[in-house]
Amino acid sequence: MSDKIFRSLLLVSALILLLIFAGMFFSLSKGAVPAFREFGFFGFIFSDKWISGTGQSTEQYGALAFIAGTLMTSVLALLICLPFSLPVAFFVGEYFRGKKVAGVLGGIVDLLAGIPSIVYGLWGFYALRPLIQSLGLSEQGFGVLTSSLVLAIMIIPYAASLSAEFIRMVPQELKEGAYSLGATRAEVIRNIIFPTSFSGIFSAYVLALGRAIGETMAVTMLIGNTSRIPRGLMDTGNTMASIIANQFGEADGLKLSSLIAIGLLLFLITAIVNFLGRLMIKRHSV
Amino acid sequence: MKKAIFLLAVSSLLLISCSQKTSLSGAGATFPLPYYNLVFKAFTENAGIDVSYGGIGSGGGIRSLKDEVVDFAGSDAYLSDEEMAEMKATIHVPTCLGAVVLSYNLPDVSSLNLTGDIIAGIYLGKITRWNDAAIQAINPAVSLPDKAITPVYRSDGSGTTFVFSDYMTKINKDWENTLGTGKSLNFAHGIAAKGNPGVAGTISQTEGAIGYIGSEYAFALNSPIAYMQNAAGEFILPSSLSISAAAQEGIADDTRSMITNSSAKGSYPISCLTWIIVYKDQAYANRSEDQARATLSLLNFILSPAAQAQTTMVHYAPLPKEVIDKAQKALSEITYNGKSL
Repeated sequence: MSDKIFRSLLLVSALILLLIFAGMFFSLSKGAVPAFREFGFFGFIFSDKWISGTGQSTEQYGALAFIAGTLMTSVLALLICLPFSLPVAFFVGEYFRGKKVAGVLGGIVDLLAGIPSIVYGLWGFYALRPLIQSLGLSEQGFGVLTSSLVLAIMIIPYAASLSAEFIRMVPQELKEGAYSLGATRAEVIRNIIFPTSFSGIFSAYVLALGRAIGETMAVTMLIGNTSRIPRGLMDTGNTMASIIANQFGEADGLKLSSLIAIGLLLFLITAIVNFLGRLMIKRHSV
Repeated sequence: MKKAIFLLAVSSLLLISCSQKTSLSGAGATFPLPYYNLVFKAFTENAGIDVSYGGIGSGGGIRSLKDEVVDFAGSDAYLSDEEMAEMKATIHVPTCLGAVVLSYNLPDVSSLNLTGDIIAGIYLGKITRWNDAAIQAINPAVSLPDKAITPVYRSDGSGTTFVFSDYMTKINKDWENTLGTGKSLNFAHGIAAKGNPGVAGTISQTEGAIGYIGSEYAFALNSPIAYMQNAAGEFILPSSLSISAAAQEGIADDTRSMITNSSAKGSYPISCLTWIIVYKDQAYANRSEDQARATLSLLNFILSPAAQAQTTMVHYAPLPKEVIDKAQKALSEITYNGKSL
């Protein structure tokens, strides 16, 4: 009896989740229709114009500037996080595996994931931005590079702990076999561990990328929020998440619909990235 | 199982007790939020009716009112005739006065005069250095540094931008033709920051920056504020007195008026009204008559001398008597199912 109740309870909650997902997709699509109808689906995606109808301009909205900003910041963040997260993963997952120091380091890195993004934003605003200004990298300190640096720190824990997990999963026999043939530790890592866990590590980075793409608050505080395609790493820009955070409160009509359309695109992009990441994990574990 | 039933019973009891007590909810502009917090708390103490207000932006507040999920909406911009035509009949009740101030970051400059034309020049990228002849000409006693000007503007849609651009459009032809009036403009120069705190923070962190912020933030943060030239040619600092002076004349009977560039003597030129918007007929979305009466008494309370006196405590300005009279007349038109309250 109780088993039956439990089963139906599980089924109901699983169905509710599915329903919520479908509902989100539906309401986003519905809200985005006026924008797509006005500018065309591809016209909207490939236009970098974001013009409010003030002065003598006419309303015109497109997502390209924000898609570009999102891709630039998140890919750059991924590149920056690579040389930090990969060593941490090998440190925790192989070199000092099971040792106290690995536990402490792993714990601290995981702690980074628990810090609210607004705190990263504040730190970026009050500490990183003046540093970038004083280094003379950029006149006003905001921009793609500043946000990417903060994003990189934010995604290190995701990339590092998941990678460490896959490094731990490399079969002991393989490693012992290599050692018995006289391989050094570095050779074992390069020739055995890395190739065996590569697809897993890759998927860890894809998931970290998904996290960077959706990050809103810290980026909004640091990217400078100018609605055009960034012309370089020092230039200011805007991401899909930050334009929504910025303009949703006072938007109406076509602008509101365009923001919802960007939300839909963001939803699709993160869903695809996450799906790819999970697909690769699945392949790896088979 | 017993536990679950007990929990269900308790939660339904809670729900019932909640729905029986009258409480009001509103949403909208963040600009008057500090004042509303004060006034709503005083109202709860006086009348025993809870008021919750979500500072989600004027646009969001009006959307919520359109969806009939709130009792009132707060807005920094009045509804246009077209917007009003799309909705059931609404009335605008002004609640207090505020201003948009120009704040700057020049460590060695303690007093700065500005005109609308100069600000337009700065935001349009025509005036780029602080020691520009045009700025120096109206600041003869100040030694202005040879430093780049960094204009800061709002990245989010905002009533503050709307009021500021309304004034600039009235003053400067170039501004009118390029940027115009709106809650978010297509600025081509300067850096953007989110919200009043974001702009204020960016100014204080960037030497040579200038930006427009809601007066209450500038006062609370003690940032340096520029004297603005008004229509009478005087250079005026924003204060309760100079802001109230701007609302002395020229207010329409339904109070849907902008008071920027007021011709009144001693007035601060970038002053503004902020409104609470409610439906004229309070019977909608199954609201009870009690709910309607509570809404009306809240609005009456906001217009009372006691509540108006609190405006200055949080750096806003009280409504002049003429405006209060017009607002009270509007309130007398509120009905419930066609019958006067």
